[in-house]
Amino acid sequence: MKITEYMQNHLLFLDGGMGTLLQEKGLAPGQLPERWNLAHPEIVTAIHREYFDAGSNVVSTNTFGANALKLERAELESVIGAAVENARRAAAESQSPQPKWVALDIGPTGRMLAPYGDLDFEDAVEIFAETVRLGVRCGVDLIFIETMNDSYETKAALLAAKENSGLPVFVSNAYGEDGKLMTGADPAAMVALLEGMGADAIGVNCSFGPRQLAPIVEEYLRLASVPVLLKPNAGMPRAEGNRTVYDVLPGEFAEEVAGLIAKGVRVAGGCCGTTPAYIARLVQAAAGQAPREITPKKRTWVSSYTHTVAFGEKPLLIGERINPTGKKRFQEALRAGDMDYILREGVAQQERGAHLLDVNVGLPGIDEARMLTEAVCQLQAVIDLPLQLDTASPAALAAALRRYNGKAMINSVSGKAESMAAVFPLAKKYGGVVVALTLDEQGIPETAEERLEIARKILAEAGRYGIGKEDLVFDPLTMAVSADSRAALETLRAVELIRKELGCPVSLGVSNVSFGLPQRETLTAAFFTLALGKGLSAAIMNPYSDEMLKAYRAYCALAGLDSAFEKYIDFAARLPQPNTAAPREAIPAPEAKEESGSALQRAIIKGLKEQAARIAGQLLETAEPLWVVQEEVIPALNAVGEGFERKTVYLPQLLMSAEAAKAAFEQVKRKLPADKSGSRCTVVLATVQGDIHDIGKNIVKLLLENYGFSVHDLGRDVPPETVVAETLRTHAPLVGLSALMTTTVPAMEETIRQLRQAAPWCKVVVGGAVLTAEYARRIGADRYAKDAMETVRYAEEIDG
Amino acid sequence: MSAVYGKSFPPPPVDRRELLRYAGAGAETEALGGLIDSCLEEALGRLTYQVCWARFPVARKGAGLDLGFAATDSADLQRNLAGCGEIVLFAATVGMEMDRMIARANRISPARALILQALGSERAESLCDAFEREIRAEAAACGKTTRPRYSPGYGDLPLDFQRAVFRALEPEKRIGVVLNGSLLMSPSKSVTAMIGIEG
Repeated sequence: MKITEYMQNHLLFLDGGMGTLLQEKGLAPGQLPERWNLAHPEIVTAIHREYFDAGSNVVSTNTFGANALKLERAELESVIGAAVENARRAAAESQSPQPKWVALDIGPTGRMLAPYGDLDFEDAVEIFAETVRLGVRCGVDLIFIETMNDSYETKAALLAAKENSGLPVFVSNAYGEDGKLMTGADPAAMVALLEGMGADAIGVNCSFGPRQLAPIVEEYLRLASVPVLLKPNAGMPRAEGNRTVYDVLPGEFAEEVAGLIAKGVRVAGGCCGTTPAYIARLVQAAAGQAPREITPKKRTWVSSYTHTVAFGEKPLLIGERINPTGKKRFQEALRAGDMDYILREGVAQQERGAHLLDVNVGLPGIDEARMLTEAVCQLQAVIDLPLQLDTASPAALAAALRRYNGKAMINSVSGKAESMAAVFPLAKKYGGVVVALTLDEQGIPETAEERLEIARKILAEAGRYGIGKEDLVFDPLTMAVSADSRAALETLRAVELIRKELGCPVSLGVSNVSFGLPQRETLTAAFFTLALGKGLSAAIMNPYSDEMLKAYRAYCALAGLDSAFEKYIDFAARLPQPNTAAPREAIPAPEAKEESGSALQRAIIKGLKEQAARIAGQLLETAEPLWVVQEEVIPALNAVGEGFERKTVYLPQLLMSAEAAKAAFEQVKRKLPADKSGSRCTVVLATVQGDIHDIGKNIVKLLLENYGFSVHDLGRDVPPETVVAETLRTHAPLVGLSALMTTTVPAMEETIRQLRQAAPWCKVVVGGAVLTAEYARRIGADRYAKDAMETVRYAEEIDG
Repeated sequence: MSAVYGKSFPPPPVDRRELLRYAGAGAETEALGGLIDSCLEEALGRLTYQVCWARFPVARKGAGLDLGFAATDSADLQRNLAGCGEIVLFAATVGMEMDRMIARANRISPARALILQALGSERAESLCDAFEREIRAEAAACGKTTRPRYSPGYGDLPLDFQRAVFRALEPEKRIGVVLNGSLLMSPSKSVTAMIGIEG
């Protein structure tokens, strides 16, 4: 019988601890337990057999750490072969009558994925894939991914299992005391991610005893629509003489786990500290219990690396600002590969209350697959909002979905056969909630009823791919009311109709409604309110617009969705008060120029960012941009820089002043033609390969920009070839390299060597904690700079 | 093998002077004070304070030391552990969120990133201090004293001693600290060290 069939009507018992038992049999600290599959097959087999004898349906092979990072290919192959053989033999030898299966056990790699560690996502997938392929070849019955404490690594492992086998996959995570994975995911986020990718059973193991794991596993039971598994420790370890003992004994363990089986757990076993005696007691305690029915939860939800966002509870705001359409500066930033622009937009929208971020980087002439993936990776490294991947390119969608750390929103599919054939397989493979536009080969139908018909067609086609209606959100399309005065009404009717007839969430990109009319925000906000009244579940909108937020907060307050008006009151307090809106009259120009000029200098010297931006803005109404730079910003910066050199100003103050100066510059740039902003030479900056420390380099970048240099920042962990290529491309006269660790100085030396060959004109300045002037000379640098100011001075020298 | 224990600590009080020192700041100006307050507000609720540790006997071995989980001939460590019969080996971390906050600030405000970096270091060191106090009190109860904590990379104890520390404590499994290929740790605001117990 196949295990998935058996599970439909039976509880499934797993095995208990392996490592602790091997240690009792003499496994020494530091020895790899996996090697015992070959060295002591009789011991490993005996432990497996005892678990089968105790009543386990599934034993996991002794392969927790069997991966290409820890073992050479040939040894890995023989270790996994022997491990499966040991488990198989145990199954054959055990006289116990229950059905028996062998699971390929997969634990974490022991490394952290980039960007917070140094293991690339695709490398992690390949490491797991190799173990999976070997296990499949040896004939395991299922794959058991366990003790994962990072959502991203869990995804890599599940992806590898799915791509390299057709076997059932169980996935189990290890939670911390705060009820989250070490990298931040809560149980809901893991349920959304793992169900979305098609795991056959999901749950919790290790960390604690059953009592402490109960709240987490209960959360799984509340949210999951697939079988939930539980494999707790025998409580917490403590020393008794020379032995480690655990504080939960078999009887108590069995009782606690059986209690959770009664609440709905269908797959159960034990982890650290548990033995065949624990499993025997558990099987006894659960005897006679039938597994509880699983009710499909039908949640429409997406997730980030920390949390889920569900549709249908209250309307959601999807920030629309990461989209280059009609934004010149964003287009420039994209073409220059400047990701900071996107990140700033992301952070600002989150601060304005967006629940999700739409990410669109489509622009003629750029590699959208690469750019969208890069944007997703960078955003999810620092922003915990779920992302909506907005692209018309299936290749870009596939690449970005693969790297997304969670269950993404996909924008979009339409009723066109070609669109559905491209998008649905990706949504099925990687998981995701798909925004479905109610248009097809014939275009956008005029009436709400016809749009509903297309929605039905999309729903039916999604079903053929195994995508349920909970994973679809319909967008009945907002048309410009200026082109057809009935357009808004028809869209509103479609919102209502789809909500009523299909029960699916509905999302709209609302801004389009006001196209071609004055005071667009007024119209858009009113339309938004009307749509919310018809049951709109989400809107793609501009979170910077006060009008839109007013509409949203007011609707939530009126619709009983804002308990005690907490959000509304908080929002109201942040709105600009009417009597503070006239700063313009307060500063008479130009007579006061002298005084407000020194006001700008004071703001910069004190490091007051907002103030510096505001005063610069006021000055620029009458003064020439270059005058502001030459007479105000640079003198203030020089004062701070000289203070830093004399050690009367310290690094934090220097940085705060630099940021204030930058804020003033932003104002200046708005008044300057684009090509005038960088009037000094180009500097290429990078933290060298293998080094992930970039704070120092970022400080240098900020100051160089302050002084008008055009900085091309290649980021951190940059290969020598990339530095050379960028130097050649820009013909930069100066390259700055940073390294913090002795271990990465050789990479710096290599970068310099390659630069000397390919770009002999360019000077190289180096810095970083481990470097000295002497060391810098030895590795061939032109100059060692002990801090950012020294780098600026050297750059000024080079620029002449 | 020695039992490895794990524990969460309550947040230790913030040592503002240390924070300023790690940031390379002189006196605290008003603007800087505001920035620090805002960083504290962002960060304090998002950190964890976790430690895992194990005890090992110290034995002389030739010209070096056998620490039960590894041998070393580091002269500096021998000086630190002179007279000690036992060590407590530990790993401590304030968690991954600190790295995310720093990375985020890095893209938006280097001044903020600098303060958050300093705060992360201060938090990790304060956590180690809290742990060390506990060990010292335990030792004192048995009439013993402790030595200041000593980390791989100090003096002539090479950084790749970290590999042995990680094999012995398996902090990946217990508190989610991993060792990168370059021998640095993730989360970055983590510490491994030994505390010698004398007497």
